[in-house]
Order: sequence, then structure tokens, then C-alpha cells
Amino acid sequence: MTLSKLIFKNAMRHKLRTILTVLGLAIAITSYAIINTVLEAWYFGVNMASENRIVTRNAISIISPLPLAYKTKIKSVEGVTDVAYGNWFGGFYKTEKNFIAIFSVSPNYIDLYPEILIDENDKRTYLSMRNSCIVGRALAKRFGWKKGDTIRITGTIFAGEWDFYIAGIYHGAKKSTDETMFFFHWEYLNERIKETGMFQPDEVGWFLLHIDNPDYAAQISEKIDAQFKNSSAETITETEKAFQLGFLSMTDAIIQALRIVSIIIILVILVILSNTMAMAARERIPEYATLKTFGFNGLTLTYLIMGESVVIAILGAILGTIATFPLANYFAKLVETFLPVFKISPETIVYSFFIAIGVGISAAIFPSLNAAKTPIATSLRKIG
Amino acid sequence: MAIPIYYNFRNIWARKLTTLLTALGIALVVFVFADVLMLTYGIEKTLIDTGSPENAIIIRKSSGTEIQSSLSKEQASIIINRPEISLDENGKLLAAKEVNVLITLPRKFSGSVSNVTVRGADDASLKLRPQIKIIKGRRWQKGLEEIIVGSAIAKNFQGIALGNTVKFAGKQWRIVGIFDAQKSGFDSEIWGDVDQIMDAFRRPIYSSVLVRVAGSENFKKFKKAVENDQRLTAEVKRENQYYAEQSEMLATFLKILGVTVTVIFSLGAVIGAMITMYAAVGSRTQEIGTLRALGFSRQNILTAFLIECLLISISGGIIGLFAASFMQLITISTINWQTFSELAFDFKLSPQIAIQSMIFAIIMGTAGGLLPSIRAAKIDIVKALRG
Repeated sequence: MTLSKLIFKNAMRHKLRTILTVLGLAIAITSYAIINTVLEAWYFGVNMASENRIVTRNAISIISPLPLAYKTKIKSVEGVTDVAYGNWFGGFYKTEKNFIAIFSVSPNYIDLYPEILIDENDKRTYLSMRNSCIVGRALAKRFGWKKGDTIRITGTIFAGEWDFYIAGIYHGAKKSTDETMFFFHWEYLNERIKETGMFQPDEVGWFLLHIDNPDYAAQISEKIDAQFKNSSAETITETEKAFQLGFLSMTDAIIQALRIVSIIIILVILVILSNTMAMAARERIPEYATLKTFGFNGLTLTYLIMGESVVIAILGAILGTIATFPLANYFAKLVETFLPVFKISPETIVYSFFIAIGVGISAAIFPSLNAAKTPIATSLRKIG
Repeated sequence: MAIPIYYNFRNIWARKLTTLLTALGIALVVFVFADVLMLTYGIEKTLIDTGSPENAIIIRKSSGTEIQSSLSKEQASIIINRPEISLDENGKLLAAKEVNVLITLPRKFSGSVSNVTVRGADDASLKLRPQIKIIKGRRWQKGLEEIIVGSAIAKNFQGIALGNTVKFAGKQWRIVGIFDAQKSGFDSEIWGDVDQIMDAFRRPIYSSVLVRVAGSENFKKFKKAVENDQRLTAEVKRENQYYAEQSEMLATFLKILGVTVTVIFSLGAVIGAMITMYAAVGSRTQEIGTLRALGFSRQNILTAFLIECLLISISGGIIGLFAASFMQLITISTINWQTFSELAFDFKLSPQIAIQSMIFAIIMGTAGGLLPSIRAAKIDIVKALRG
């Protein structure tokens, strides 16, 4: 009888209790994995950011525009290799519930995103048609759109109904590429603005700059902002990552709350497992005494109890991880309007197992100390 | 004849650690459950109190929020000429043409910037929102670059105090007043003179018009007239309904998340309670046998064990609620996605939430204890006494 065999035998001695404990752990691990995935989905835009892209926007706030005329000045700054620009176009498809992230952009905008993969022919079509658009694979799937469809979008900021011809559907080159975006021509928007006279024409929401050396991002940003200092529209230039993080920091209260809940979940796992281990160790006090009588020391007992605890915890993590996938699919549907990308990452699974093992060890600390410390004579008296 | 409740208390005391762990498990779940309810209630309360059912807000059709809406000066004039709009005691029209823009300000503690709503307000703006009281200083003067700030902004953002100046849109704005809007959404806003703000932001258009329309008949008439006017493409909503809709997305998201986590959690707690109670039954087989030999029925045993579960779950529920009640001291300040701007709200506990949480705790305890209690009741006397 080896030690590991004894551990397994011990774990299976009280079948019902072990099964219940494993179930309890699995459930908690599942909720931990879901929350962690929510947090990752939240940081998605940050992970998509590239070091070679910086963003120039109006210093007042993201909703204040900049004159298109800034483009030439920005392009002349040393280190800037390309300048694209875009505007946020709020809009929805059919009902307000179907809100979409729509961007009206300059023709070279998608070239700055090498991770956006689009068929060359489709791209040519897109560039040659005034009212064409390019949509992400996930977005097209969500509404059942196909290449060649004409779709009607209702504008929230820019009034009215807008018809777009889908020139192509793009794929993401990496896992971290957002496949829910919708791009159409800034020129098309500008024409409509001129017709209606509601807004100032020739204004853009932000400039997207490509720089060849990320090490100079800070200097380049300073140079650009200095050019427009004390003008009627001052700018803030920052890396794409900082720009995305800025959005996130605005919701950091929610992020904090989620982190606290994850900690509570880990505590719940600990409580369930500690309870089981405390019971198991209490029942086996006479056995431990017997083992000690044979000459095994306290360390062996610690191995026994810890081993059993960790085995149960890992079983819980395995079951929990298996259950996470179908649940995540269901949950993804519920939150697709808020978090377009919701996938379980390998990191989440690794974390789950680490937590399980950590909890397995912690839950066994007190029972092992007790077992190791209790004198043999006391232990042989049975206590229920 | 039932088993004395004293027996249950003795039992709970005899297995202190296990009982405490089970109660703690339930307490943690109740804590999260109550927090989710408190948060959603807090958001709802903040936004319901923001608008008044007496007021009607007019925004551009399908814009959804003031920040995305735009009404030209001509359109705003057409709207405020409607006969349904009430007058105040001095015979002045209770109508405000307003503009809504965003600025970024650094938060106090984290230093991270957030979007804050700046409302260009009209003469009637304060009158239309009687819950707003200026608690320090005075209101802004027309034609000057002066602003008043909401109490949540003064509390949460850097450099916001009476007499200070804030620089935005290329101008220096003096803070001449701080107002309190009774925990409504306005507490997260900055107000100034509408013409000054439109001028600074170079925005020749309004965002919305707010009017007082008394009575539901009047409101219906007003709504119909404005929405059918070909020159306008506007939509009319009651102000309170408009604000409730504004937070729908945030509230829904938090609800989905909270409910999902709580459901998963509660299953965990039920299982925790089951483990404890099964163990209790297992180690007390002899005791149960003795009780049966003394003449207590299976029914009595079942009841006794269920009472024990109830005691554990009630104490867990109380601990959880007690901890959750402290959450009321916390204000959450975050971006509302629909308006892109800052909104502060509190966790709010109501008697209803307290009752729901306790019921939830009792259900969890009973669900966890039922199977073990049935097992206890089914124990065979002779076998049990052999030990």
C-alpha cells in the first residue's frame, strides 16, 4: 500500500460526501471562470491595441470633434508614417436593442489594422462604392448578414435611416481581434452632414496614426499636442492602449466589484473543502494514532491529509471546467450586447486549477496540524 | 410529542466548527445575493428620482439619449410654443432649452479620468427640477462663464470646490455653487449657462427641451402634436421614464451577472449544507436510535433535523445581511454606457430585500437539509443502537 494509493482510498471512503464536495467545488470554480472571462472580455480592446498605433483626439472629451484640416499638420510630424481618421457613428439595426459599434472611417483606416483580414476583391469593391461597408464575422453571424446584402441602419447621433451595401466580411488574424466592428466611408457621412446642415462638416472624431518606432510614441505625442496648443481645438495624443484603458478606467468600479466577488468565490470553495477535510480528519483520529504507533511521523499524516484534499480539489476543478463551456455559451448570448467577445481562455482554466490546488492545500492545514500534534493516547479514545 | 428545541441548540454547540463553516458559506452567498439586489435597487432609485412624471423631455427621434440628440434652434422654438406647456406663478413659461456635452475630469482617488456631463441650462431649468437645492454658493449668472456642480462631482473629482476654476473647452469656468439633487442623477452633472456652453463648445444646436405639462390628457395631446409635426422628427417622453430607460443597459448587465453568479453560488451553499447535515446524521446514528427507542416518532426526528438546518441557515442569513448592510456606505461611481457619462449611485437596502435574502437563506438551508433529515428519519432502530 503506497501513500498515494492510501490517499485515493481515503478520498473514496465516504463516497457521498466526496461527491458532494467535488460538486460544490465544481460549481464555485465554474462561477469563478465565468467572472474571469467577463473581466477578460472587458479588457479585450486593450489586448487588441498595437504599439504602433497612437490616437489623437479632442482634449475636451471623446465626443468633441477635431477639424479634418489637422491631418496635414499631424502627418508632417517626424516618425508618423500614416494618418487615418474616423468618427463614432452610433446606430442600431431594426430595434434599439441591436446597438452596433459603427465607425465611419477614412479609406486607409483598415490598412492600419493588419489583423483585420479581408479578401482583396472585397476590399476593392468597398473602396469603389460610396455607401459600402465592411463588417466583422461575429457581427454578420449575429444578424445573419451575407456579403452583398443591403442593410438599413438607424442613426442615433446622425439622424435618419442609412442603407449600406456589405462589400465584405472580415476575419481576425489573432484571437484578440474584435470581429464585431462595422466600418463605412467617412466621406459618405460627410456628404450627408453637408446635405442636412445639422452638424459641422469636415470634422472627425479622432485621428489614428501609425508610427514605425513605438519607442518614440511619447515624444511624437508631445510634438503633435504642442502644435495645437492654445488653438480652438486642443488635442490629446496617446497610445492606442492608453486610449482603450481610459475607457476602461471609467468603469473601474464595476471591475473592482467583480474582483471582490471572485475573492468571495474562492472563500466559498475554501469553506466547503475545509468543512469536508475537518470532518474526515476528525473521523480518522484513531487511525492516525495507529499510523503513528507504527512509526510514521507527523509529516506523513500531513501528506495524507493534504493529498486527499488536493485530489478532491482537482476533481472539482476538472468537473467545473467541463461545466463552464456550455454555461459560457449560454451566458455569451445574454450579454452579447455588452460584451461582444466572450470566450473561455486557456489562462482562465489554468487559474482555476491553481486556485483549486491552493485551496486544497489551505483547507488541509488545520486538520493536518491537529493530527500531527495530538498525542497518541488521546487519539485512540474515539470521539464521534 | 416533539423533541425539545433545546436539543438542537446543544447539537449546534457540540459541533461548533462545522456548524460555523456551514453558516458562513450561507452567509457569503446571502451577502452577494443581497448586494446584487441592493445595487440594482440603488441604480433604479437614483434614476427614478432623477426625472419627474410632470415633465416631458423632447429629444430627436431614435437618438435614445440627450448626449446623442440634437435639436436646431428653430425646432426648439416650435416646441416651446405649444399651448399645453404650463406657466409658473409669474406667468413665465416652464420650458428649458438645454444642451448636453461631455468633458473629462480626473477622479479624486484613482486619478483616472472620467466623462462628466455638462448641462447648459436655461432660466427654467432649476424650476423644472425642484429636487435640486443649491447647498453652497449661488446659481450661475447669465452671460458669465460660471458653473454649479452636483454633490457627487464635488465629492469624487479633483479640484472641484467652491471658488475654484475648471478649465474646459478653452475657457476658465468659475465654480460659484454646489448643489444637491437628493441622490438623483443630476448629482453627477455640472451646470452652466446654456448660451455660454454652446458658444464654448461651438455647438449651434440644442440637445433637448424640457417642459412642464400638467395632467395626462395634456401630455397625450402635447406628445401627439410634437411627434406628428413634420418639421421636428422629435420624440416626447415623460422625464422619469426617460431616465429609467437611460440606465436600463447598466442595470440589466449587473442583474444578469449578479443573478448568474448568485444561482451558481447558492447551489454551492446547498451542497455545503448537505455535507454538514449528512455528517451530522452519520455521527449521530446511535443518538437517533436512542431517541426512537424513547418513543419519538420518525416524524419527530425529521422535524428536529430540519429545525437544526433552519437555525443554521437563519444565522447564516443574518450574518450575511448584517455584512451587506454596511455596503450602504459605499457609493459606486461609474460610466453609464448609454450616456457615456459618469453616474454615482449607492447600494440601497430595503425591507423587501432583507426579507428576500432571509427567504433565500432558509430555502438554501432547507434544500440542503432535506435529504439528510429524511435519511435520519429512516434509520432502523435496532441497527442504530448497535452503533
